[in-house]
Amino acid sequence: MDGIGPFDPTVGYPPGPAIREIGPDGSKIPLWKPLHMSRRAFLRGVVCSGTVIAGSAYLFSTATAARADARAVERMLRLTVNGRTHTVDVPPNETLAFTIRYRLGLTGTKIGCNSAECGACNVMVGGMTVYSCSTLTHRVRDKEITTVEGIARPDGTLHPVQQAFIDELAPQCGFCTPGMVVSAVALLNVNPKPTIEEARLALSGNLCRCGAYDHYLRGVMTAAERV
Amino acid sequence: MAYRLIGKNFTPPDIEAKVTGTARYAEDFRADGMAHIKIWGSRMPHGRVTRIDLSAAERVPGFLGALVPDDIKQPKPASQAILTSEPTFYGEPVVAVAAETEQAAADAIAAVVVEMELLPFVVDPLESLKPDGPNALTGGNVTGSGIDLQTIKWSGRDFAMVAEGELPRGQVPVEWTYGDVEAGFAAAKVIVEESFVQASNAHHAMEPRSAAAYWEGGKCHVWGSTQSTAFAQPGLAGLIGIPLEDLVFVAEFAGGGFGGKAGAYPLMALPALMSKKLGGRPCLLRVARKEEYNNGYARAGFQGWAKLGFRADGRMIAADVFTVQDLGTTTGFPDFNGFGNALATIHQPEAMHYRSIPVLTNTVPKGAQRGPGEQQCANMIEPLLDKAARELGIDRVALRLANAPGGGGQDARYGGKRDPVTSAYLREAIAKGAEQFRWAERVADSGTRTGSKVRGYGVASGFHTAGSYGFDGLVRITPDGILHVHTGVGNLGTYSYASTSRIAAEVLGYDWSRVVIERGGTARHLPWNLGQFGSNTNYTMVRTNYVAAMDAKAKLQEIAAAALGGAAADYELRDERVVATADPARGLSFAEAAQKAIEMGGKYAGQALPEDINPMTVASATAIAGTGLVGVAKDTLPQTGVVPGLSASFVAVDVDVETGRVDILECLSVADCGLVIHPQGLAAQARSAAVMGFGLARTERHIYDPAYARPNARGYHDAKPMTILDIPAEGLHWAAVDQPDLVNPMGTKGIGEPLEGSASAALVTAISDALGGHLFNRAPVVTDMILNAAEGLPQSHKPLATNTV
Ligand code: FES
Ligand code: FES
Repeated sequence: MDGIGPFDPTVGYPPGPAIREIGPDGSKIPLWKPLHMSRRAFLRGVVCSGTVIAGSAYLFSTATAARADARAVERMLRLTVNGRTHTVDVPPNETLAFTIRYRLGLTGTKIGCNSAECGACNVMVGGMTVYSCSTLTHRVRDKEITTVEGIARPDGTLHPVQQAFIDELAPQCGFCTPGMVVSAVALLNVNPKPTIEEARLALSGNLCRCGAYDHYLRGVMTAAERV
Repeated sequence: MAYRLIGKNFTPPDIEAKVTGTARYAEDFRADGMAHIKIWGSRMPHGRVTRIDLSAAERVPGFLGALVPDDIKQPKPASQAILTSEPTFYGEPVVAVAAETEQAAADAIAAVVVEMELLPFVVDPLESLKPDGPNALTGGNVTGSGIDLQTIKWSGRDFAMVAEGELPRGQVPVEWTYGDVEAGFAAAKVIVEESFVQASNAHHAMEPRSAAAYWEGGKCHVWGSTQSTAFAQPGLAGLIGIPLEDLVFVAEFAGGGFGGKAGAYPLMALPALMSKKLGGRPCLLRVARKEEYNNGYARAGFQGWAKLGFRADGRMIAADVFTVQDLGTTTGFPDFNGFGNALATIHQPEAMHYRSIPVLTNTVPKGAQRGPGEQQCANMIEPLLDKAARELGIDRVALRLANAPGGGGQDARYGGKRDPVTSAYLREAIAKGAEQFRWAERVADSGTRTGSKVRGYGVASGFHTAGSYGFDGLVRITPDGILHVHTGVGNLGTYSYASTSRIAAEVLGYDWSRVVIERGGTARHLPWNLGQFGSNTNYTMVRTNYVAAMDAKAKLQEIAAAALGGAAADYELRDERVVATADPARGLSFAEAAQKAIEMGGKYAGQALPEDINPMTVASATAIAGTGLVGVAKDTLPQTGVVPGLSASFVAVDVDVETGRVDILECLSVADCGLVIHPQGLAAQARSAAVMGFGLARTERHIYDPAYARPNARGYHDAKPMTILDIPAEGLHWAAVDQPDLVNPMGTKGIGEPLEGSASAALVTAISDALGGHLFNRAPVVTDMILNAAEGLPQSHKPLATNTV
């Protein structure tokens, strides 16, 4: 939620070419109309269609129960996260990032953009990395979900990727790190000996504003030598 | 001198939490009954709020409360308010609501009705300077650090006097001169004169500035994201309206800042104010990416003009520079000083005239962003040096060597005031880089075309003042023998909070495994330290930790003398013991000495404190008094001169003249940061600074719709920071001159910022080089500019246009 909706012409605005084109149904489209759907329209669309296309807009929900809903029963689902199965009450429009962070309390998964631009929210679903900010929780029911908290062994032994990230001083501010860890582990799970180019591609969905890519990449290659 | 810890790599104590996801950032804390806050941002670039109707919002189930501008103490003009009734940029917060859930808060915000009257607005500083141009603020169009808010308009003549595309140059509030500039130009063999633009760009730290707060027992507890744990506190307490001692602050991790979280900022205080309204109930403000754009600051864009005169050997003998800084809507940061001072320091012109005017626009407030002013200077001025070298027929590196300060820097001067510097080895950095990069050999194939790709090489220098002094150090040895280093500097991700804490361990001869760093919040009892910004941490915190450790050392010696006889000077530190120099078997372990300190009390245990330390340090030292041997001191070590962090970068590119694509093949950055105290940390900074610099050179910029002043590059996708695919896979290299600074007790100085500027400008010059020396006079050099240049087409932007494509 960015606190700003589409421009409301009733509040007054500078004179100018207010009408850009006529819509297919003959409606007038104001010049300032945002290209993206508004959040509210988007949420309505999600509830109807049950799908979300990464990057088209974003969703959020909260830790506490959403408004009473006649379809409350449908909202209960079983989620297996880091090997533990939870039965949770999740509204249909809630994203996996929110369920993980605010319902399950696993705050290692970060939200950097909430719109499929940065990868801070990366988790594995059935071994594949997904942007959890742009994945509806109901879409991943009954799937195995792994977050950054589920990467180290239960006894605390770090995964080779985690150890190599430490050894290479890969994290700087650390906010992209959980997503980087997840992407790197997912890569090595399917391709234990990646080339540098393959490793780069595997991390290409993860933004690091600190610019620490080189050290993350070194970390992946070091980990690959160790696994 | 051989050091045990300085110059060695180590594992920072907070890094494991980052890879396991247990690191707690501001939004990761939770409290029972936490309410959620949402903000309503202005939909106009500048307007006056005429009516706020909360009635519909109040009816939203779960609504708890709202704050409007009248509830908030308003700052002086050209400062950012927490909530304002005269928003001056799109998205500026006007109303905040709290509700039981984030969904309810969002619904309530959607139901808020705000009526506004449109006021004049402007996005281009030059438009505002026109005789009838709009002012971005009601009270004026020009301000800045040390410059009162005022209205300055240039005359029609000022605009008419210049050629098409040349920067008009009217009245300015900032002007300085040294040397005889006109005589310099008269004697110059070559003069280059160009106008240029550096775009603004968003900080866009990965962690948005979310914050949470609650009140308990009269104290306000805040979880915030900041670069500066101690330094942010007075400002935050001020924004909340409480005395410093009533603030309980937690800031263990900061998910990036780059200057945008240097101190306290308005949104950090909002949850505290909302919580107060709700009787102390915990409140969380989760800031979204686009809100972060609106509230997270940006680098100030520049429009500028420079005339540089060179001798035949490449020496810059005269410089006349004029800049217009885009402030956004607040006094922002004096990048205008950074620009002029950087040129005067890096290139040491024999004479220089500098003029600048910071102008308000209805774009997001600008703040310090890594190398504020220095980076803009690098991107704009370095290509002009290349032009001069080409016209003089000398090598581009040779021209830079003819001007760069070096040899220790005894003759070097800083900025317009020509202050002395503590040390300078830029010439050595350039020479070392040229050799390691094999510059002389490689530039022979500049312009070589393979298929559609053309090779180019670039070189540039970076600078930032890199150290401060006068802050307090606080260390403690507890009766278990452990050394606690209390540091308030912040945790931005450079790990300098840790590498500088190692200085105390080094002075006391500690094994690093027996040192605990106390950091991350008021509960850790932090001394008054400068924030983690301005490339200052190494220099400044080395000094403070050094003086605190020296104080602890003196106390250890005194305690040993009191316990075992003789004078303090008869004792020395060895293997975590204080022992008689004449008979090392006679002594106390540090653990025993700590116990003795508690028994002796007074200054030894922190009950009697130096008179010159800051009240924050007094409070922290008092809180730990009696728990061990307390070393506490203000840094009053000698300080002469300005501390310059300096760097040189070399970049190789292939420019595809058919697609405009730039492949960065290699970047080598060489640092003059004094003695290297943490090589791996320096490596990480050198490489990552290059990555950030590449964004500045190639892609990152603000785009505003000029008709409506609405920002169009708010998300990451549009703001375009570099991805891993934009940088060379194995081509980011670094080196250091590794010559000790001549004033710092451990010979170290900072470097985080210069490395970005030099890499950025080296990329700009490399692209130019591939295109036969074509001057873009604009950064970022985006793909369509390259294509237009390659095809000899006119550029699609107007020469001095800014904040737009
Ligand atoms: S938070 Fe999901 S991609 Fe950025
Ligand atoms: S380490 Fe800061 S964003 Fe990657």
